[in-house]
Amino acid sequence: MNRQRRKFVQTASVVGAAVAAAGTGVLVPQRVLGAVPRTAFEAEDVSGALTNSLGSDQHTASDAIKLKAPDIAENGAVVPVTVSVDMDNVNAISIVAANNPSPLTSSYELSAAAEPYVSTRIKMGKTSDVIAVVKANGKLYSATKEVKVTIGGCGG
Amino acid sequence: MASIKIRAKAKDGVTTVKTLMSHPMETGTRKDSKTGKNIPAHFITEVTAEHNGNKIMTANWGGGISKNPYMSFKFKGAAAGDTIRISWVDNQGKSDSQEEAIK
Repeated sequence: MNRQRRKFVQTASVVGAAVAAAGTGVLVPQRVLGAVPRTAFEAEDVSGALTNSLGSDQHTASDAIKLKAPDIAENGAVVPVTVSVDMDNVNAISIVAANNPSPLTSSYELSAAAEPYVSTRIKMGKTSDVIAVVKANGKLYSATKEVKVTIGGCGG
Repeated sequence: MASIKIRAKAKDGVTTVKTLMSHPMETGTRKDSKTGKNIPAHFITEVTAEHNGNKIMTANWGGGISKNPYMSFKFKGAAAGDTIRISWVDNQGKSDSQEEAIK
């Protein structure tokens, strides 16, 4: 009886390990393909947002990235942001508002035909740095700009 | 339901695409002032752009994108008359797509 139970536990753990391995096997190719997991948008800090969207939070500032955003945004609900990059082999751009409850606003996966340029409008809860993080040749580069948000004239 | 407006223009080999979508883009953390309850999250999670059937870019969005989103991007290798197709999917499983000829 006891021996049978031993055997059952052993088999179960082997099966469990196999299932776990298969599970990670399914997850890994997604990262390789560059699909941004939804957890990236649930991250509450910049580091988590970048690690989950681009695979790392190590980035170096670069002059080749032009980040256009207003100095002062009167309406935090609509902040126009434009990112243009003077680099080759750019395959992803992420736009992060550092002090937002979920800092990652958007992440763009670019094909070979796409120019390294993207423009959109983001929401900002309060005054914060806007960070454009660019993935080129497997490395991360960034540009940062502070945007002051004044909501309802309360200052910021 | 045409929720997407597209303007695409080819110039010197580079096509600039500007697009506007009508969508509430609710983050899920905003409160309804009448009921005091949170308004359920409702935002676009993915926008795909295709040129003649080839994928140009995929935009992954969270609730941090403004209501009625605007997005602009550029790409190479298209000529006037080619088709650009934009499609979106939101967190409630709704989707829409629109095609437009490049000018």
